[in-house]
Amino acid sequence: MCVTCGCSDDGEIKITNLETDETEHNHIHTLSDGTVITHSHSHDTHIEAPQIHAKIHNTTISLEQDILAKNNLLAAQNRGWFKGRNILALNLMSSPGAGKTTLLTRTINDLKHQLSISVIEGDQETANDAKKIKETGSKVIQINTGTGCHLDASMIERGLQKLNPPLNSVVMIENVGNLVCPALFDLGENAKVVILSVTEGEDKPIKYPHMFRASNIMIITKIDLLPYVDFDVQKCIEYAREVNPKIHIFQVSATTDAGLENWYAWLTAKVTNLSTLISSQLTNT
Amino acid sequence: MHELGITQNIVAIVAEHAKGAKVQRVLLEIGKLSAIMPDAIRFCFDICTQGTLLEGATLEILEIPGLGRCRQCGAEIYLDKPFGICNCGSVQLDLITGEELKIKEIEIEELCV
Repeated sequence: MCVTCGCSDDGEIKITNLETDETEHNHIHTLSDGTVITHSHSHDTHIEAPQIHAKIHNTTISLEQDILAKNNLLAAQNRGWFKGRNILALNLMSSPGAGKTTLLTRTINDLKHQLSISVIEGDQETANDAKKIKETGSKVIQINTGTGCHLDASMIERGLQKLNPPLNSVVMIENVGNLVCPALFDLGENAKVVILSVTEGEDKPIKYPHMFRASNIMIITKIDLLPYVDFDVQKCIEYAREVNPKIHIFQVSATTDAGLENWYAWLTAKVTNLSTLISSQLTNT
Repeated sequence: MHELGITQNIVAIVAEHAKGAKVQRVLLEIGKLSAIMPDAIRFCFDICTQGTLLEGATLEILEIPGLGRCRQCGAEIYLDKPFGICNCGSVQLDLITGEELKIKEIEIEELCV
């Protein structure tokens, strides 16, 4: 308990000074059932004021409305759109500079005779990545989010209209470089792929657990640099499995080829499975 | 900073349900494992509500604790992050609560005639 005001001191935000070991906390109240309440009232009026309001002349409407419902609905529509065209859609996410674009251009170039891959590029500014993808001959659309830190389902819906990917193909969605926000927004993809380079830290999965929990696949990139950097691959894998026991892991280098065959095998198998699934559904109906 | 976009969504949804009446109070339910920071929502709320039916409304946020159930032994565990290890050693946890992101209720001004 906070000795100054009597509040519970288990606030989520803690600011710790490592020099002095001092931790500051927010004044947040915990109810007996463990529910935590914070609000914009001052301390002395906080519980009574809203209830008094209601007694005077206001009406309380119970909503129970999911704030992300609209995004989730659009994502479901996108999913149907992909399914109807037999398209495999992957949502690629990472911190900036993990090597998404390099892995993507390499994948497109190596598989262009087997798979048709088109791309939706997400960045706050510039069309630099889209230009790199365009050089591979792939169809590509750049979405600039401005201040936005992630792509959402409505951006993908609009992007798809412009991209017009062919039937029976792959759409790669390269999300804005950010390990936090993109994890929250369903785009209607078949799988979320998180990309982590060995120049980052092996503890990223436990530092950004929402991202690694939401992802189906983790690709560790730049493994050719392992002799030069302090990155414990086994530890990284352990951390990732701690957060998400089901996560499927690849280790690759887009510059030396190492590990790429496994990633390509997974990708082509996934496309084949999708086609088999769709054709069996057609046969059954 | 996904909270800005989320707060804009909240304002739009509440304004739609208020049907022209002035909104006095908004109660949100935010799970502690939802990757949404209540403080950031609160910060954005005042800005996003300007010039809307929600301007000046009180924002209350109920934070729902994270609770997981172990798939191996069935034990329930309180979680402050979206993963954890059960006493039995398993990391296979299903989240029961803590991922909520809801507008629980709104209070609108009733016009006295």
